Amino acid sequence: MTYILKPRLHHPHLQTNSLGYTRRDYEGSVSTLCAGCGHDSISASVIQACFELELPPHRIAKLSGIGCSSKTPDYFLGNSHGFNTVHGRMPSVMTGANLANKDLIYLGVSGDGDSASIGLGQFAHCIRRGVNMVYIVENNGVYGLTKGQFSATSDYGSKSKRGVVNHDSAVDLVSLALQLGATFVARSFSGDKRQLTPLIKAALSHNGAAFIDCISPCVQFNNHDGSTKSFDYVREHNDAVNRLDFIRPRTPIEIDHAPGTLEMVTQHDGSVLALRKLDEQYDPSDRAAALGFLQERQALGEIVTGLLFVDPTPKDLHDHLETVATPLNALTDAELTPGAAKLAELNASLR
Amino acid sequence: MSALARVNDFVVKFANVNGSGSASANGLFAKSILRMGVPVAARNIFPSNIQGLPTWFEVRISEAGHLGRRGGVDLMVAMNPQTWDKDVAELEPGGYLFYDSTKPLPPEKFRADIEIVGVPLTAMCNAAYTDARQRQLFKNIIYVGALSALLDIDMAVIEQLVAEQFAGKDRLIKPNLDALHMGRDYVTQNLKGIGLRVRKADAVGDRIYVEGNNAAALGAVYGGATVCAWYPITPSTSLAEAFTSYCEELRIEPETGKARYAIIQAEDEIASIGIVVGAAWNGARAFTCTSGPGVSLMTEFVGLSYFAEVPAVIFDVQRGGPSTGMPTRTQQADILAAAYAAHGDTKHPMLFPADPGECFEFGALAFDLADRLQTTIFVMLDLDIGMNEWLTKPFAWDDARRLDRGKVMAFDDLESGRDFGRYLDVDGDGIPYRTYPGTHPTRGGYFTRGTSRNPYARYSEEGAVYVDNMERLLRKFETAKTLVPAPERHDARRVTKSGVIYFGSTTPALHEALEMLEGQSRYLNALRVRGFPFADAVADFIAEHERVFVVEQNRDAQLRTLIMNEIGVDPAKLVPVNHYDGTPITARFISGEIGARMAVRPIVEAAE
Repeated sequence: MTYILKPRLHHPHLQTNSLGYTRRDYEGSVSTLCAGCGHDSISASVIQACFELELPPHRIAKLSGIGCSSKTPDYFLGNSHGFNTVHGRMPSVMTGANLANKDLIYLGVSGDGDSASIGLGQFAHCIRRGVNMVYIVENNGVYGLTKGQFSATSDYGSKSKRGVVNHDSAVDLVSLALQLGATFVARSFSGDKRQLTPLIKAALSHNGAAFIDCISPCVQFNNHDGSTKSFDYVREHNDAVNRLDFIRPRTPIEIDHAPGTLEMVTQHDGSVLALRKLDEQYDPSDRAAALGFLQERQALGEIVTGLLFVDPTPKDLHDHLETVATPLNALTDAELTPGAAKLAELNASLR
Repeated sequence: MSALARVNDFVVKFANVNGSGSASANGLFAKSILRMGVPVAARNIFPSNIQGLPTWFEVRISEAGHLGRRGGVDLMVAMNPQTWDKDVAELEPGGYLFYDSTKPLPPEKFRADIEIVGVPLTAMCNAAYTDARQRQLFKNIIYVGALSALLDIDMAVIEQLVAEQFAGKDRLIKPNLDALHMGRDYVTQNLKGIGLRVRKADAVGDRIYVEGNNAAALGAVYGGATVCAWYPITPSTSLAEAFTSYCEELRIEPETGKARYAIIQAEDEIASIGIVVGAAWNGARAFTCTSGPGVSLMTEFVGLSYFAEVPAVIFDVQRGGPSTGMPTRTQQADILAAAYAAHGDTKHPMLFPADPGECFEFGALAFDLADRLQTTIFVMLDLDIGMNEWLTKPFAWDDARRLDRGKVMAFDDLESGRDFGRYLDVDGDGIPYRTYPGTHPTRGGYFTRGTSRNPYARYSEEGAVYVDNMERLLRKFETAKTLVPAPERHDARRVTKSGVIYFGSTTPALHEALEMLEGQSRYLNALRVRGFPFADAVADFIAEHERVFVVEQNRDAQLRTLIMNEIGVDPAKLVPVNHYDGTPITARFISGEIGARMAVRPIVEAAE
């Protein structure tokens, strides 16, 4: 239950990072999701990524909407401020939070109901504004908390647990994010922690709108034959285009791959994305080609995963608005209030 | 019927076609009178349209300082053939009809009991200009020139205003002055004066002339707002636009030229309020401005703000509802929608400014209240205050004033080991402490949610925990009573058992109506409500009187309902007086309604 605190005791030799935090310091309350839920694996990857990146937990703000996925921010980063907002409206709240303090890291967690159905509009607009954030959709193609209705990412022709066939086309959030100008776009699978954790680390280090669509099977309502979001289906159709090794800034790069198969992308903060190509033709710096590739593979029933697009030197919303370096929530009275003398001038101009 | 003869006390109404460039000429007319030291109140009555539909501009000229609408028209400047018949019918007996006499009109188009003043405007324009747009624009300036001669407006004042208006575009000054003189000369050479006259006075004082939306936006700047998220909707749009231009002037970091503000034109009103809630949760002062339909869309977030206790400020510039209603007409019809916005048990503080001066004052105050009370504050303007220029007291600011950020625990508080429970009522006023995200590495973090939780912000569905929290929110609302602006009372010159309650843009018309009623020996004590929750003085006022009229600009007597609901007053005691046709309420309407009811059922006054 979420109101149960985990015991503080832990092994005395538990590894700490350079800030003195153990992995446990990045955990949260005990999950109330179903045993085996893909979402818990994603939470574990978030915890691992933040621990390895050595982020001060309180400098991360985690936001979510409503639904199973949106409950998960309670289960990681227990020392961080969290905000479980309104169904489908997390993107606007995250946009506002980001405007108030550009110095924190913003992690938005949402689901396919939250972001592709009720919140499709807000999802689109926060991506197109370039909010500096990591936006993870824990995508299971189904409404879990209300017990098994189709969501807008359910594939055309897929079958619900009760045997109903979905006749609506699926919303593909990855294609939308690409089209709307996200500067970091990835897709992953909750069952592939080796792929997911480096993607989250890279996204957290990205200085712009980073979107990760993470297929996360629902063990209760969408893990049956006929589902295209079941563990078995995703494993069988997973078409990973690359493997990412995330290298923190100023860390010696030691990777042993055959030359020519490895592409190094240096991000704004100095971190390096070492991409090992699994698909020779795939180029994650080409937005238009990525869109075409996704459409082709999708038509074949394949689920393309990996780092699909990255712009290593993005601009974010604050760049566009040309805001001051000081976070807006830290401006002083004197910086905010123009004073009585100025007001007298304004009065004079209104006579 | 004798022609009206009045000095510094009459109503001029301009009937125009939207998009014909009349607005700036009419504004010039009103401001020239103001510059002569005579108070004016000018109101646009305009359609939801960019070009072609009828629009009116009504100017009240009142040395006595009556700034509400009086009712009736003394001089009609009838420039719109579409509305001719209605415009002519609206004139007071003995009033004056000013019209373009280029094309002869049959006698039945006029009235016998009014004076006719014809100026061949089109003919004059056609003779002087060849360009079609010039003909249209200068026609407006020519009639201002003609009116200046008829009403004895000081030409030097008008010339000065034209010079100010076109400063920097100096080549436009001369043609405008030429057009003014063309109109003026025609009148002096061809017509005799009329009975209405403007005479220099000293009745304006240091007052300023400004729109409420502009004033509220400036209030938001002074109140420390840094984040504005909004969606265009009449009549609130100009508030966000004014905030933008004030920020560009007043909120730029001198060293870098960078912005100490962030303004987002959101995709809709839901995103607007979401951005506000997110920014305020994170410690920035944030607002949105909207009108009724926007408030409808925002209600889910307003409920979250109430329950999760996140500050927010909403300027609701009210218009005619329901639905799209009358989007360019004024009403005070969102009172209940704002007071109880959202599902479940909620209520929200509201501020009711009566003029642009208070729009500034309450605009700034709203941010202190939002932070202090950690909830949504509604500032209830309406189209009449928001979009019309009003003569109002000058804006004032005390440099010693500090922005009240409310109960916020900083790093040192947390470090010192102070107990932090996000929803813990430490001080007994119902207001808990909060922390901004990112304050302390190990203390003060909490999870904000719209679901029930205990005082330490831990999820709980226990009935007792939920009820405790809801009761605390009521205590907080009690605290709010003492923080919102107190009502203002004006007592009649004689002891009376009759009272009247009113608010917002009704104020100037109501004050004039009280004078009219006193002229009929009808006396009422008056209470202007300025904030919700209602101060105890509201209940006391009602208890003191046998009958209290509640005057408001909506159909369903919404303020009256709110009073009945929140104070528990006998409905029979509160007599509704409602004006809701979309035009601003008039003094004549109020005095007529109240006078008629007092005549039917007089209260026998106790012997003094």
